[in-house]
Amino acid sequence: MTTTTVEAVNLGKRYKDTAALDGFDISAQAGTVLGLLGPNGAGKTTTVRILTTLLRFDTGSATVAGFDIARDARQVRRRIGLTGQQTAVDEVLTARQNLVLFGRLFRLTKARARERADQLLDQFGLRDAADRQAKGFSGGMKRRLDLAASMILAPQVLFLDEPTTGLDPSGRREVWDAVSGLAADGTTVVLTTHYLDEADRLCDRIAVIDHGRNLVDDTPAGLKRRMGADRLEIVAADPADLAVLHGIVAAVADGETATDEGASSVSAPVKEPVAALTAAATAVRDQGLTVADIGLRRPTLDEAFLELIGTTQKEGQQ
Amino acid sequence: MNTLAPLPDETLAGRLKWTLHDYRTIVGQEFTHLWRQPVNFLWALGFPIVMVLLFVYVFGSAMDVTGEGAGVDYVAYAMPGMFAMTMAFGFTNTAWAVAEAKEKGFVDRVRSMPMASSAVVVGRNIADTIHAAIDLFVLFLIALAIGWRSDGTFWETLGAFAILLWLRFALIWVGVWLGLMVKGVEQAGNLFAIAFPFGMVSSVFTPPELMPGWLGAIAAWNPVSATATAIRELFGNPVAAGNSWPEQHALMAALIWPVIITAIFLPLAVRRFRNLGR
Ligand SMILES: Nc1ncnc2c1ncn2[C@@H]1O[C@H](COP(=O)(O)OP(=O)(O)OP(=O)(O)O)[C@@H](O)[C@H]1O
Ligand SMILES: [Mg+2]
Repeated sequence: MTTTTVEAVNLGKRYKDTAALDGFDISAQAGTVLGLLGPNGAGKTTTVRILTTLLRFDTGSATVAGFDIARDARQVRRRIGLTGQQTAVDEVLTARQNLVLFGRLFRLTKARARERADQLLDQFGLRDAADRQAKGFSGGMKRRLDLAASMILAPQVLFLDEPTTGLDPSGRREVWDAVSGLAADGTTVVLTTHYLDEADRLCDRIAVIDHGRNLVDDTPAGLKRRMGADRLEIVAADPADLAVLHGIVAAVADGETATDEGASSVSAPVKEPVAALTAAATAVRDQGLTVADIGLRRPTLDEAFLELIGTTQKEGQQ
Repeated sequence: MNTLAPLPDETLAGRLKWTLHDYRTIVGQEFTHLWRQPVNFLWALGFPIVMVLLFVYVFGSAMDVTGEGAGVDYVAYAMPGMFAMTMAFGFTNTAWAVAEAKEKGFVDRVRSMPMASSAVVVGRNIADTIHAAIDLFVLFLIALAIGWRSDGTFWETLGAFAILLWLRFALIWVGVWLGLMVKGVEQAGNLFAIAFPFGMVSSVFTPPELMPGWLGAIAAWNPVSATATAIRELFGNPVAAGNSWPEQHALMAALIWPVIITAIFLPLAVRRFRNLGR
């Protein structure tokens, strides 16, 4: 059975002359990870702040963990964790003191707060820095401490606003593991990100937002599928060969063949990727050509994203 | 396996218990700050100490506050003023701390938690009052060291310090309100531009009647003057009071001003805090 733990309908929020949110809908099922993806100023942080009861909204309604965010804010707060876009730890305190402080404010007993702090310090690789002041931490270490603080309770719904911005690869991996682990235990995670590989890897669904409105709400695979077929690409070793290569690719193409002079490459969508690749490779050899590269390119989430955003920007200009 | 924050049972007693728990936790945090940053604490005291030395030893020799000649009894006159001024400037520390907590996202984090959100404000208040008591104690020792004495009884002396803290307590609300109003820590630093005239255009260093008429009137009605004059009376130090009502009834004024300040700024601070979600 799936239950919807986060549901927002027609959220609207205006700041003087900008509409930060303009009829935004999202919904997330229990134990899943929902990614909010969008360019700067799209309304991601606004959405997170509204859903975590920090910001009032003008129109629409939303429930988090089964409670109305406007009417039952206190019940909502008992069930959520938040890591805002800005790192919010007490820099004068040590890592351990921070976690114990927040544990106490989540009303754990002293003993339980200490125990939980220890677990989180281990989990986020902060054991060695546990008793140092957070002031001296690197940006990534502060961020990890910040994330640990939002996971003290293993909340029912966890909101993460750009959780891995500024983290090194191993730091990102720790965060991803923590998020996946929580989701596996039943926590619903709503995260915003600019990193498509992160969304691809972590999210069950992705809501693409721009100008405070929904563009698409789909699975990562579904988003890529919208981009259409795989492409066959040949990079010429000698730009003079481009015309011949164009012919070879066009022969197996299922759609328009494009030549990119700058990259000295020719590419086209193909229907039977492996057969097309073999045929093209054979043709290249038969004609005695040397090429720099030949291969299949799957559409990436980046392309799907840029395409989606590009479309709305064009619409916006009209 | 999700864990819920225990919700206080909806009874008044249950909520009160958790609210007090939250206040205690936040005050504890403030004390850890104090403990971890003794240097900040000393810096904060540095200003009044420098002022003491400057006024008592540099300008003081030229000041005739008692009408008995330049420099006579100036230490006895200036020290209570110094105590009052330190209390008056204290609100900038509050404002700065609040602005920092807001800018760093700490206030947001706390507001998204199930705790009593008033703990940020009330905890700040309690911690700052205790902080101010320590400030006063250190200044008191310095005052004794440079030869200042209270001629009042033990209880009068203690009462004078209570009146000082009473002013500081009221000004905390001003600090909280301003801290929530300003854009960030940088702007909070500029609040000294308000604190300076507020503390100085008063009877702290100079009797108001030695000032030009209009300025003297402002100084006479300044809450800081009322406190300074009241504690001078209690300490049995030279008073040099003029004819205006607050100077004639300094003790009363020193008790009433903080009530007025609190009545204005406490609601403003609470409203500002509630409206953070706008
Ligand atoms: N306090 C505010 N006052 C006025 N406008 C605001 C305020 N906060 C946000 N906005 C506006 O609302 C819009 C959405 O902002 P939001 O912070 O939600 O974007 P975002 O998607 O989180 O962007 P980013 O990726 O840069 O973090 C922006 O146009 C922004 O300028
Ligand atoms: Mg943002």
